Amino acid sequence: MKDHHEPTDRPADAGPADSGRRAFMGVAAGVAGAVVAPGVVLHSVAAAPRSEAVTGDVRWGLLIDTAKCADGCSACVEACDRENGLNLQNKPEGASQEHWDDQKAVWIRKVKLQDNQTGRVTNLPMMCQHCENPPCVDVCPTGASFKRADGIVMVDRHTCIGCRYCMMACPYKARSFIHKVMEDQLTRVPRGKGCVESCNLCVHRRDFGEESTACVDACREAGHEAIVFGDLKDPESAIRKQLAETASRQIREDLSLNTGVRYSGI
Amino acid sequence: MAKAAVRAGLVAVGLAWVLVTQVVLAADAKTYVLEGSKAAALESCVEPTDVMRRKHMELIKHQRDATVHGGIRSSKHSLAGCVECHIRTDADQVPTPIHQKDEFCGACHAFAAVNLNCFDCHASVPKGPGAELASHAAFQAAGVDRSIQARPDGEDH
Repeated sequence: MKDHHEPTDRPADAGPADSGRRAFMGVAAGVAGAVVAPGVVLHSVAAAPRSEAVTGDVRWGLLIDTAKCADGCSACVEACDRENGLNLQNKPEGASQEHWDDQKAVWIRKVKLQDNQTGRVTNLPMMCQHCENPPCVDVCPTGASFKRADGIVMVDRHTCIGCRYCMMACPYKARSFIHKVMEDQLTRVPRGKGCVESCNLCVHRRDFGEESTACVDACREAGHEAIVFGDLKDPESAIRKQLAETASRQIREDLSLNTGVRYSGI
Repeated sequence: MAKAAVRAGLVAVGLAWVLVTQVVLAADAKTYVLEGSKAAALESCVEPTDVMRRKHMELIKHQRDATVHGGIRSSKHSLAGCVECHIRTDADQVPTPIHQKDEFCGACHAFAAVNLNCFDCHASVPKGPGAELASHAAFQAAGVDRSIQARPDGEDH
């Protein structure tokens, strides 16, 4: 970053044209001279916000036990909507409900699978799978779609131009596009018209040192405990232990994407 | 002799002009920070005032990359900090969106005719759980208790 300090100690023989500026600088320097009290902790916080950049020492992921995922339950979807402000979007006037259901931003979908030979029905939540080799990142022309060092695949909305290539590339239909001007956004989740978005594993919770994600909390509160969140690289983490014990699969494992979201019971 | 008198007169006018500019600029320096905001009770922002005036966009831009890509949320240059400290509330204690044209960000940007895109996506009032965490570092850097709210009449400034 460049030096932000303006030269305030100009030579005394600067031309008369400079006098107004010098006068201003004098005032500014006076204000600048006010000593700011060094960081005094005035307010205790539950968890410290992150102060160093994320590293590849962790890889966040989810393990979903489809056997525990209940038919008709949408606790995780609703919690996600509340957490990320998706519940603030409104159906545009004149749009049909069918069109709106198709177009509104959705970060988690409930999917119901049926094996036609046996009749076995499986329910599962479907969100961004946080691939190690994400196709959305491959196709992004601006570099807006990226994978953070800790494995979270997300969109940098500052550079997203809304071309939606990533939506086409995603094998999981995990991404949404914001079509309309947004209002009343949440401080922790900025979102606006013209950008693509998807599940980011509650990235603000990660950065503020919180333990889990909104969907995991909601699933636990609903009494299902079908989703486990954790660090895939930590051998002591609950998710790694469960992965070691139970059989799990990636969806579309034929694509060799090495997803960070795994499913058991399918 | 007459020449000397004219020269002295010119110098006097020049000095007076410098003084007047200084006073006018000093008065100007206070107008943008709105009475009734937390910022109104402070000596300066998270950086000296002249730096903030010239470089706030660069500070925010640098910060945004560190936050989005590195996950760093503890910097004093967070936009959430700007909003929470510079926002003022109406008579019913409802915060007024900071990009409206009479508010801190909106007024200056309207005057300078510079498009203000931040609030197309970012919250223009502190909103939702954890909003105070996002602005915590900025408050800490400015050395202010976040509970301070300047009186609407600006008497304590």
